[in-house]
Amino acid sequence: MTLLELDRVAAHYGPVQALREVSLTVSEGEIVAVLGANGAGKTTTLRAISGTVSRSGTIELDGKPLRGGPEAAARAGIAHVPEGRGTFVDLTVTENLKLGAYTRRDREVKRDLERIASYFPWMAERGGQRAGTLSGGEQQMLALGRALMSRPRLLLLDEPSLGLAPMVVREFFRTVRELNEKEGLTVLVVEQDARIALSVSSRAYVLEVGRVALSGPSSELRANEAVRRSYLGY
Amino acid sequence: MSPRAQRIVGFVAFGALVVVVVVLPTLVSDFKAQQYAYVGIYLIALLGLNILTGYTGQISLGHGAFMAIGGYTTAILMVGNEQFGGPIAGGMRDVWTLPFAALVAGLVGLLFGLPALRLSGLYLALATFAIAVAFPSAVKRFAEFSGGGQGINLFGTEQLTGSSAQRVEILGFTLSYNDWLYALSWSVALPAFVVAWLIVRGRTGRALRAVRDSETAAVSSGVSLARYKTLAFGVSAAYAGLAGGLFAIANTFVNPDTFPIALSIFLLIGIVVGGLGGLSGLVFGAIFVYFLPLWAQGEDLGSILPDRVIEETTKPGGPAIVYGVVLILLMFLIPNGVSGLFRRVGAFLARRR
Amino acid sequence: MLGAFDTAYFAQQVVSGLASGGVYALLALALVIIHRSTGVINFAQGEMATFSAYICWALVTSHGWSYWPALVATLVLSFVGGVGIHRVVIRPVERGSVLRIVIVTIGLLIAINGFIIWQWSGEPQQLQSPFGTDIVTIGDVAVSEHDIGTIAVALGIVVLLWLFFQFTKVGLALRATAVNPEEARLVGVRVTWMLALGWGLAATLGAVAGVLTAPIVGLDPNMMVAVLIYAFAAAVLGGIDSPAGAVVGGLLLGLMLNMLTFFSQYRAFDWFSEELRLPIALLIILVVLLVRPSGLFGHAHVKRV
Repeated sequence: MTLLELDRVAAHYGPVQALREVSLTVSEGEIVAVLGANGAGKTTTLRAISGTVSRSGTIELDGKPLRGGPEAAARAGIAHVPEGRGTFVDLTVTENLKLGAYTRRDREVKRDLERIASYFPWMAERGGQRAGTLSGGEQQMLALGRALMSRPRLLLLDEPSLGLAPMVVREFFRTVRELNEKEGLTVLVVEQDARIALSVSSRAYVLEVGRVALSGPSSELRANEAVRRSYLGY
Repeated sequence: MSPRAQRIVGFVAFGALVVVVVVLPTLVSDFKAQQYAYVGIYLIALLGLNILTGYTGQISLGHGAFMAIGGYTTAILMVGNEQFGGPIAGGMRDVWTLPFAALVAGLVGLLFGLPALRLSGLYLALATFAIAVAFPSAVKRFAEFSGGGQGINLFGTEQLTGSSAQRVEILGFTLSYNDWLYALSWSVALPAFVVAWLIVRGRTGRALRAVRDSETAAVSSGVSLARYKTLAFGVSAAYAGLAGGLFAIANTFVNPDTFPIALSIFLLIGIVVGGLGGLSGLVFGAIFVYFLPLWAQGEDLGSILPDRVIEETTKPGGPAIVYGVVLILLMFLIPNGVSGLFRRVGAFLARRR
Repeated sequence: MLGAFDTAYFAQQVVSGLASGGVYALLALALVIIHRSTGVINFAQGEMATFSAYICWALVTSHGWSYWPALVATLVLSFVGGVGIHRVVIRPVERGSVLRIVIVTIGLLIAINGFIIWQWSGEPQQLQSPFGTDIVTIGDVAVSEHDIGTIAVALGIVVLLWLFFQFTKVGLALRATAVNPEEARLVGVRVTWMLALGWGLAATLGAVAGVLTAPIVGLDPNMMVAVLIYAFAAAVLGGIDSPAGAVVGGLLLGLMLNMLTFFSQYRAFDWFSEELRLPIALLIILVVLLVRPSGLFGHAHVKRV
């Protein structure tokens, strides 16, 4: 069942057109990757979905149009982990996690803190530590944990591999995969590292100058000559 | 607009300013000439503050104190402080004290700029503010040097009552006192404007802006932070000192209340209204700072506004309400000050062509 | 004169120093809350506090309210007024240079001051103290009830605020907004309302400072000018983004000023006069800042290229 649908979405920063026309869908329980060179509009696509950039065209979540800014998107069940971690550096690990559950009104936040701790035991042990003192990889994990705290319908990941050691990147994506398999988490991930993105995702889109140039199952794209040459580098 | 076109527009605008300045005294009353003399004085102070705050990004809440230093330098050099028990005989003619006013204030500014290197943002704002707050107390404390609370009369007589009580002879001309003030203040302000333009235009200006936009980046591109920040402080204080000296002459009198803390705040208002990091708008910033308090009291506007409005706004407190509201509205309407407005109009015209 | 060390007089000076320091701390907290959310020093903070004190006074004298309901109404009105000021005059200029917002707060300062004079005239008025102004003697130390009450209120508010920021969801959201507004938006925090809430809180804190100051110095349009300067100095001394720093800075400053008064009885300090209180306090703070450029409790910002 289709969870997210973008229909001819365009977006611009002031006079600069960053997205020309992007249409894509994400089904429930899927991991979908968005690939492309720098400036192709990958990040902007995510920002358009979470409402942090002014956009046109229609974006529907569960068949209902998404309107308004990032607050509204968060309330509709979209968790956006922006590029460059994006944790609250002056707040503690636990406070960061609690903020993830900000939009929720139920009383199960505590149980979810335990659930997160089952994936990332260190977050419980070092709950009082300031997020700014964590390593880059830990901050990325914390950002992921925080996103999970909102029990998102859809998780948006923006360049999670940026600036992290290859081993940490593999660990991160392994966790994302595990969450997808165990809990049916739906993920839309933007990634420079096409190899790893194509290996975790079931489908992928390739953006070029603000348009979808190519799309299909990840396994097919991996075999695609052009993709291989431009993004996989062999 | 191309830089060349910009420069041409700049020259034309400056030429127009010179023409207006020259012609104005023949059009207005003697009393108005004195008011426009003050506008010129404020302009000088604003030029200096804008070099520091607008171009270099360092907020000063104490520029009134640098003006005060200039004002006292002028007063003491003219009258001397032997009468209070100080060491200086005085006797200098008013005009010749002005370079010293600039020099002394500039030196104090340089000295202050050194410790200020360690501070930035609000911490620097508080430090400069402290100077403005401490200055009147220092004046009273060192009364044998400064005349203390009773102040110094620059011309030895009782305070002039504003009108053309005295006539001034200079270069073979005889002018009314107010016309003389006008001529003096603007013949200092216009060259000061040109000098400021020369400073911010070239290499130095680029270095200053680099300091403002990113200190770390400025350092890594070879700009000596310490040198330029201190320099900006010195130049800016020298401008303030020059303005202060002129202010003392125009006021004919200095005492600790001549340069109140509010003056520093008004200067800040002037550069923001004029436009941070621009020079052309500062003329309007100066007009605004000098005239808005008067306009808010209904002066000059009596024939334009209905009596009822004038009646309400001239009640005690009324002018302040008007002033505050106008200031806020201006910030809404011209976010980048008058200079920003000019740039917008310029860009619009350039696109139309 | 070189008398023996007068312990009772010393203790009195400590108590009254802490009382005025408590007021500085409250106003400094207000400045810090606004600085953390909006990034500026609110120059109008003092006039807003004065205005609140006038409202309380007007409710009591012109409308026949008794003191406590009037006080509660004042606090509520101040909160609403703070939120309103943010929505109406600050929000339109929020995305601009910091100096532009600063000038708007200066405009507010001038306008509010004018309005007070326009509405209630500049004549000094008398506002009663919530605690009475009797002197009580503890041991051989004579202190006023108002001072004791002020210290208690200041400490109580500090504790309440700390609990609010540390243990409530809204408090956490407010802190998150101060750390990173973009990010806060992404987790669903309605940031503009958080900023407005910050202004409301600051206005309420100011109101408390105002009604505590008026009984001492007399209610007049400029009564908070000096207090605001002290609060600014206290906030900077503590580290402009640190609420704990604001409180410590305020109390330290209050103590320091009264210690100057105390020691002025000794010959070594006889040059000290009331007039020099402010300049000396500022000079001491300057020296502290030269040693610790981001205040006592502020942490140095990491610079990135």
